[in-house]
Amino acid sequence: MTDEHDGAATETVDEFRERARAWIRANLALADPKEDVGILRPKLNDDAELAEVARDRELQRMMFDAQLAGVCFPVEYGGLGLTPAHQRALNEEMAGREYPSRIQAPTMSPCASVLLEFGTDDQKRAHIPGILRGDELWMQLLSEPQAGSDVAGVLTTAIRDGDEWVLNGSKVWTTGAWWSDWGLCLARTNWDVPKHRGLTVFIFPLHQDGVDVHRIEMLNGFKDFCQEFLTDVRVPDSDRVGDVNEGWTVGTRWMFHERMLYNSPFVTLPAGSSHGGASKGDVNVAIARDAGRLADPVSRDLLGESRCLELVRDRLIERVGTGIATGKLSDAAASVGRLFAGTAASRQTQISFELTGSAGTAWDDDDGAAREWGNDYLLRQVSEIGGGTTEMARNGVAERFLGMPREQMHGRETPFRDIPKGASNG
Amino acid sequence: MMLSRTGNSILVEGEGERVLLDPTTDQALFHDTTAQFLGELTPPDRIRELRDDALGFDADYWRRGAELGWTSLLVPESAGGGSIGEHGLIDLTLVAHEFGRHAAPGPLLPTNVVAALLAAAGTAEDTVQRLLAGTSIAAWCLAEPAPCDRLGQWASTVRFDGDDIVLNGIKRPVEAATAADVLLVTGTTGDRLVSVLVPAATPGVTITPMRSTDLTRRFGSVRLDGVRVPSTSLVGGASDSDADVWWGVHLALVITAAESVGAMQAALDMTVEWAFDRYAFGRPLASYQALKHRFADMASWLQGAHAIADAAATAVAVRSDDAGELTSAAAAFIGQYGPELAQDCIQIHGGIGVTFEHDLHLFLRRLVVNRSIFGSPAEHRARLADVVQSRATRKVAS
Repeated sequence: MTDEHDGAATETVDEFRERARAWIRANLALADPKEDVGILRPKLNDDAELAEVARDRELQRMMFDAQLAGVCFPVEYGGLGLTPAHQRALNEEMAGREYPSRIQAPTMSPCASVLLEFGTDDQKRAHIPGILRGDELWMQLLSEPQAGSDVAGVLTTAIRDGDEWVLNGSKVWTTGAWWSDWGLCLARTNWDVPKHRGLTVFIFPLHQDGVDVHRIEMLNGFKDFCQEFLTDVRVPDSDRVGDVNEGWTVGTRWMFHERMLYNSPFVTLPAGSSHGGASKGDVNVAIARDAGRLADPVSRDLLGESRCLELVRDRLIERVGTGIATGKLSDAAASVGRLFAGTAASRQTQISFELTGSAGTAWDDDDGAAREWGNDYLLRQVSEIGGGTTEMARNGVAERFLGMPREQMHGRETPFRDIPKGASNG
Repeated sequence: MMLSRTGNSILVEGEGERVLLDPTTDQALFHDTTAQFLGELTPPDRIRELRDDALGFDADYWRRGAELGWTSLLVPESAGGGSIGEHGLIDLTLVAHEFGRHAAPGPLLPTNVVAALLAAAGTAEDTVQRLLAGTSIAAWCLAEPAPCDRLGQWASTVRFDGDDIVLNGIKRPVEAATAADVLLVTGTTGDRLVSVLVPAATPGVTITPMRSTDLTRRFGSVRLDGVRVPSTSLVGGASDSDADVWWGVHLALVITAAESVGAMQAALDMTVEWAFDRYAFGRPLASYQALKHRFADMASWLQGAHAIADAAATAVAVRSDDAGELTSAAAAFIGQYGPELAQDCIQIHGGIGVTFEHDLHLFLRRLVVNRSIFGSPAEHRARLADVVQSRATRKVAS
């Protein structure tokens, strides 16, 4: 290939698949099925975590150099300009292999997806190639201590000062902000209009004076989620995404991309597994075996239920993706996928925990795969909270997929300044 | 699906109705023709009347359905059948979906499965022709009573005796047993499963009607006492005849799943409409968050059911290695969530939902019968457990 992207434009799915397969087999190790088991299990130490982040960046760079990164990103921004079918083929060929997991969410979706949709040409040229090379890891600065499900109620404020904006406030639940590079931030730019009409989106580097990153310790010791305190962070107007006070237009699509994570044409996730890790079926067989319960009829029923849910979830995600892509289902179908995936994941955690017997709550090294699941069970609800609660997804399905009346909103026409604001949780 | 009453909905009419997200023009036309035909001939009041009919459907209705193509989709063109799209089984799921949406009468499943098995074996051509024309009804005698009443257990015997085959055993429940003039009986020779074609009038065959939860779908018990038929009645007979029987089971599970998805769709559509029309405390039910969240759960079950039913149909149509796994996942999921969805719809309707006058029970009945006939959800979960265990063991070994 003379030009590095020339050949890709006309590459068929089959040709692409062949090329991907050969490269993947030669360059990517088989994933350790024990990795990515459980829920947010803490790494032994920060050095091990940072080494994994570095490896993810390296894997992304290797895939970029092999022209297997950014499959559906436009060629002018360093992508391959291919189709979702090519991305699916890549995902299938990646099955069971290591992959740059930390670069998928939230860097590729929602952050890069939002930049592609709303960013200026300069912004895209400045960041998308770096993202595809693994040089830039992004975080979404969306939730706040006082704005979780009601995310349009953010208090972080941006005030214009000449060609710059000055940001103050606090953001929370940013995964891995301590090892990330850039943030996509929803801020309030007008307090004197109703809630949704005074928001604007900005981007800025996370490692700078004025951005104070605190790590939150989860109940199991996991410390990758962060809270940021923004103090007089100066952002040039050229780093504003979308129009001033049009942040909710961007935000709506931002959350759409978040719900579409498992279906996004911009995300690489090895097929045949729920989150790119081991299949629930394999994980649960190992647990039942190590807990001495593989022959127990109750355990076998749970194994079957777990596999059933995994298959239905995967096929549903596929259906929602195809349906939205072809216009056969409305974009609101993304909430159906999010709801099902969230409730199914809770049930999966419950099943894994049940299979352990007592070894999930009190274990030693001989308990093998049955170890630790009691801790995972403590975090069971994470799958129904993170990325938007399942309650919000239920509202979305009922109101936007089934067309039922919206929930009453207090003060739809009231300036945000005058809306009652209760206690913050942080 | 319904059009929203709120006036600002992004729903389009018809969305979600089809079992396939992306049918071809011909498939869509075929689907619509069947939907219209069933809508005209089997409205709910007609189904209520058929409660007292001995067979549960009229012969003329069935022949007309056969003319539309209901019986020919699993039979190759060379044998007088033909499909609309690439795979006749996918086309048949469109018909089955509409059968579910209308709780329609008629021996759709047994006729198609038997025709498929006969045509695949290249045998009994005259019988196949009559099945295609809708002038003959076939019953597929697969299931057996306890203690062999789990999917995959068989006690009925098939013995070769010179030029004859001798059958003994009891098969039940058998759909359309009393309406059928031919029976396809599964039995074991001791070392393998075989299928044998037996005219219903053969001496030694006793067919007793059973009572059923479904208003129009009739089941019977078929007793075989030393039933003797010529050895040419053996269907297939190759050494992998077990695989043929299981292919029939997979076809049946695909048809059942598609039909149940149609019934779930009908129940949910009806209840969504009710939620807009029914007012309590001065506002429509659809405005209560407690109910909206239940509707959201139901919509997610329905979409999951659509997705797994389509995946199972495709896997069986292309004879993929995971056909057994996907059909069991469809049966386990839809068997559990189908009746659950219908019960929730009844709850949201309140007292009217448990009356004979209301239509909801027609769909609940269909879902409940479909959940049980080709293995309960628990039996399919057990099969899935076997699949994941053997796969995990293979991975460790390799």
